Amino acid sequence: MNEYFSDLFSGAKSLLVGLSVTIREMFKPVVTVQYPREKLEITPNFRGHTELVKDPETGTHKCISCMMCQKECPSDCIRVKGEKREGVKGLALVSYSLDFTKCSLCGTCVEVCPTAALEYSQEYELAGYSSDEFRFDLLKRLEER
Amino acid sequence: MTPEAAKQDKHTFVLNMGPQHPSTHGVMRVILEMDGEHILEPEPVLGYGHRIQEKMGEARPWPGFMPNTSRMDYLSAMIYNHGYVSLIERMTGIEVPRRAEFIRVITDELNRIQSHLLWLGAFLLDLGAFTPIMYTFDDREQILDILEDVTGSRLTYCYHRVGGVARDIDEKFVERTRAFIARLRSRFKPIYYDLVTSNIIFIKRVKDVVSFTPELARRYGLTGPPLRSTGISYDIRKNEPYSIYPEFDFEVPVGTKGDCLEVYNIRVAEMEQSLRIIEQALDRLPEGPFRNKIPRKVKLPQGDATFSVETARGELTYYLVSDGSDVPYRLKIRVPSFSNLSVLQELCRNMLLSDLVMSLGTLDLVIPEIDR
Repeated sequence: MNEYFSDLFSGAKSLLVGLSVTIREMFKPVVTVQYPREKLEITPNFRGHTELVKDPETGTHKCISCMMCQKECPSDCIRVKGEKREGVKGLALVSYSLDFTKCSLCGTCVEVCPTAALEYSQEYELAGYSSDEFRFDLLKRLEER
Repeated sequence: MTPEAAKQDKHTFVLNMGPQHPSTHGVMRVILEMDGEHILEPEPVLGYGHRIQEKMGEARPWPGFMPNTSRMDYLSAMIYNHGYVSLIERMTGIEVPRRAEFIRVITDELNRIQSHLLWLGAFLLDLGAFTPIMYTFDDREQILDILEDVTGSRLTYCYHRVGGVARDIDEKFVERTRAFIARLRSRFKPIYYDLVTSNIIFIKRVKDVVSFTPELARRYGLTGPPLRSTGISYDIRKNEPYSIYPEFDFEVPVGTKGDCLEVYNIRVAEMEQSLRIIEQALDRLPEGPFRNKIPRKVKLPQGDATFSVETARGELTYYLVSDGSDVPYRLKIRVPSFSNLSVLQELCRNMLLSDLVMSLGTLDLVIPEIDR
């Protein structure tokens, strides 16, 4: 019987100690963010899907259609098409399609690119109604930018 | 009626727990033969999250498996990366710069603390205590922010590379990590100890619930904190040191009784030890290159190699057999959660259902890692 009451007492005491922790924390600054209304700044190093880099000098991309990214991609989600054009050294880029439904965001394409023509997008709010919305044509996206 | 008597009378029923159940922490199913509240026979069913990870490793050149390593145990992604790159380095003899080794250890240990913090919150949630997970997530977010800044990702890092790491750390990273160490240390006593560890209700609930014995642990190949709670001091970082772990001064927390409380205490102590390792690594962080240039196509020499690392859950072993090309002939991954789960049947026989939930929590299972 004695033990029963001492248990009751020590249990109540620990509850009070725990409660004092939560009360103390209650008056500390709020750490959560009300997401769709408030947004945190994300780091510039964020690894989103890839985009073609816009070269400030020429105003266009730096891709030379060497197919390195296509070959190295472990998920096989990049298709690069280039063609021979007069006055252009190497191959001119015709289309650069990224199937983001298959991409595993590893960054291999950005690392192997010899001309640093790829960069990571800062976009993280990606939602759509069909998978076609995630088959990006990066060349078109670059022109729209 | 005792469980044995019930078995003879056949007044039993089958209860299906999972595959969608909050306390199995993923898509795992346990078929329970029950007598009232007592479990007569628990039978785990696996494979709901099977993604042929090993076969994927055998179907492409070895660099292509890098992103997959982060996706087995999503809570120890960095340590999984470390194991795989170290395996390739062991096979090919590629050297790693000293600075990269330090970066690897720092990020590994941050990852370990992050995993333990999540476990702490989720385990208490299983017991019905809702508040602690709020505090652990607050601390865990700090780590994720630090790691996101350097790796670009919050969970599936894919940061370690053969011959180094993907990106160098800067002053900002060092500063933030130091601030985090101070922050977490200042929170152990006033928050986690007062709120959870010293709480008499918590202690009475978890004490003497499961009993891991050294004999049981050896028989099932138990690993990680549940193994160490039995008194066997086995940590890959000490027993089979890799990277630059031998240079650091840290202890392996060991228990004696092998119950839930012991495992809890070990995990909390491990967080403190990880903080010690990070602090020492930051103090001694050398200058220099963070990544060695390696040839574009590296073939794996004929033969086999294994590499073991200590993840937050225990020993992880990669085993690779090569036929001389750059595509592995066989890649076997032995994961800690799998061997920890195998003990469940024997451990939880004749146990109360609510205690089984606690045992699952104590083992800290990550189901995608078991299923691979």
